[in-house]
This record gives sequence, structure tokens and C-alpha cells, in this order.
Amino acid sequence: MFVLVEMVDTVRIPPWQFERKLNDSIAEELNKKLANKVVYNVGLCICLFDITKLEDAYVFPGDGASHTKVHFRYVVFHPFLDEILIGSIKGCSPEGVHVSLGFFDDILIPPESLQQPAKFDEAEQVWVWEYETEEGAHDLYMDTGEEIRFRVVDESFVDTSPTGPSSADATSSSEELPKKEAPYTLVGSISEPGLGLLSWWTSS
Amino acid sequence: MTALMVLDTSNTASLSSWEARGRRKDASAALLSNYEVFQLLTDMKEQRKESGKNKHSSGQQNLNTITYETLKYISKTPCRHQSPEIVREFLTAVKSHKLTKAEKLQLLNHRPVTAVEIQLMVEESEERLTEEQIEALLHTVTSILPAGPEAEQKQNTSDDVTMDEEDPA
Repeated sequence: MFVLVEMVDTVRIPPWQFERKLNDSIAEELNKKLANKVVYNVGLCICLFDITKLEDAYVFPGDGASHTKVHFRYVVFHPFLDEILIGSIKGCSPEGVHVSLGFFDDILIPPESLQQPAKFDEAEQVWVWEYETEEGAHDLYMDTGEEIRFRVVDESFVDTSPTGPSSADATSSSEELPKKEAPYTLVGSISEPGLGLLSWWTSS
Repeated sequence: MTALMVLDTSNTASLSSWEARGRRKDASAALLSNYEVFQLLTDMKEQRKESGKNKHSSGQQNLNTITYETLKYISKTPCRHQSPEIVREFLTAVKSHKLTKAEKLQLLNHRPVTAVEIQLMVEESEERLTEEQIEALLHTVTSILPAGPEAEQKQNTSDDVTMDEEDPA
């Protein structure tokens, strides 16, 4: 689920923090910059693991702060393909089942990847697995808050950095703001034996 | 104690790089188990608590949020009771099964108790492992890795029963 990523960055320490130990200031600045943020094509950054190398710190003319090039390792949330994860159902919509891990929310299980046959109950807005046995069909509901085991089948990174003012496209400011896209989304699947709500597979 | 974040990596390095030694500047330099992340975040929280309340500036809010949520998530899993010795013992015990790094990591993070779960985590398990091997693997997992808190309670009550039986005159 978590990986260690080696990164390099230049950290700026303002003069009023010079009395502190350099390592502490740098650690704080790196965490301020990266924690709980998604880095494009890398993953969701959690926290600093360690600092591997500190290069010389420079002070540039006009700016009293010191700039230090830092090589460090960061703990990043980036599940590998086909990894099994356990999360809780955040809700259901016609697009599929939305799952959350607490610290990461943008996981979707599309209708094709649910245990088949599945149908969407419009009244309760919940997906249902119509489990067939000899006695007849059992309806297994995927309720909000339930723990669910799923496999990661796809991930997508979207570059959400702001674009410059659009020159040709004069969309008036009275229109709605463009839809906020999640920078990092995972697509899951529960179409195998053992996957789905934990309560479906516990032998009591 | 020097810096906040420059950890003593002798323990954690041996876990996270047990197969990735010497491979630097990788896109994912090393896989981390949930236990290692749990340990890291708990230690970091302790150090920040000790260093005083003045660190609660707005800049640290993101770090606080992600630390809290991640710790909450991992605390609900059986990983929170693991230790470096348990992990080392587990890795030596499963060496004979010839599992990939990713499969061993999943077993460590999830502690499967049924054969169905093993089949999910181990690729092509029907071809690579016989039924006895799957049983043996399940036994290794459940005996070496500690269970979550609710399962431990159940175990305690059953242990009491067996202890009474084993008490000869």
C-alpha cells in the first residue's frame, strides 16, 4: 500500500528560523509542502521518512533566506496493480460503489466489476448483489459504512495544476466553476470469490 | 537526539529494503509494510508532542490530518500488534513457499485466515501451491502474526479452557 519514494528538492529557510537545527527546519518545510498532497504520477504523500543528503546551503542576493538542495525519502500511498485492500463503503451511485480508506477517498468500483448479477436499487440508492442459491435469490445489500475487500485494477492521475487564462474560450464568469477533478483515483473490482463485503465471506 | 526526521534506520531499513538493497533512485525505492508506516507515524507523533505545542501552526495542519487518518486506518488492522522480530520470523518462515515480495507484503498486511483469501493474494495459487502447502501457509500466518484485538479476546477465552484441561495432579 505504501512505498518509499526518493525525491530531490530545494528548500527555502527564512532567516528567522536560522536558530533552529537545519534538519528540523527542512523536515518541517518538506512536510508542509508535501503531506496530504498528491504528486502527479507518484501518489498521495503521507510524511517524510528521512533525509538522505543535504547539499550546501546558499544565500542569494536580494533574499536573506537560505536555499538548500535536499535529497530525501518520502512515504507515499501508491498501491500496486492487483493489490488487495480493505476499505469502507462511502456510498453508492449509478456510477458504482464509492469506497474510502479514511485517508484516501477516491476509490470507485464500477458496476461491471461488482459480483454479478448486481442491480441498483433506486429507492434506497444502494447496489445489491443478487446471490443465487438452490433456495432462490438472496439480495445482498452494499450498505454505507460496511467494510469491503477489493482489488485495485486501475489508477489514474489527473494534472490539476491551474492553467493560464483562456484566450480564445470566453466562458463567462457567471457560469459554474469547472467540475473539481480528483488528482488521483483508483478503480477497484470485487468480481472474484473472496472479494466484496467482509460479512459475505466470514464463516461463522 | 539530533533531527526530528532523520531516524535511526537500522531497524526499519532492514524491513523495507530486505529485497531492494542497493537499488536507489527507483520510482518506488522500496515497498513499506503497514506496520512500518504505523511505527513511523507513532514515533513522529510522540516527538512532535514532546517538542511543544507551538508546532500547531496552520502549515502543519495537512500533516496532522493525514497522520491522524492513516493511524486510524492502520490501527483497525492486525498490523498494529506486529514488531520487527515478528516480521523477521514471518519472512524466514515463508521463505520455503517461494512467494514474491508483493505477495509476502499482502500476507503481512492482511493476515488471511481462509484459503480463499490466500488465493486472492497469491497469484496462480492453484498451480504453485498444493492444498497442504496452503494449509501450512495459513498455519504459519495465523501462528506467527498477531491477530486484531477482537480475535485476541476470543483466543484468550479458549486458552483458559485448555489450561484447565492441561493441569494434571
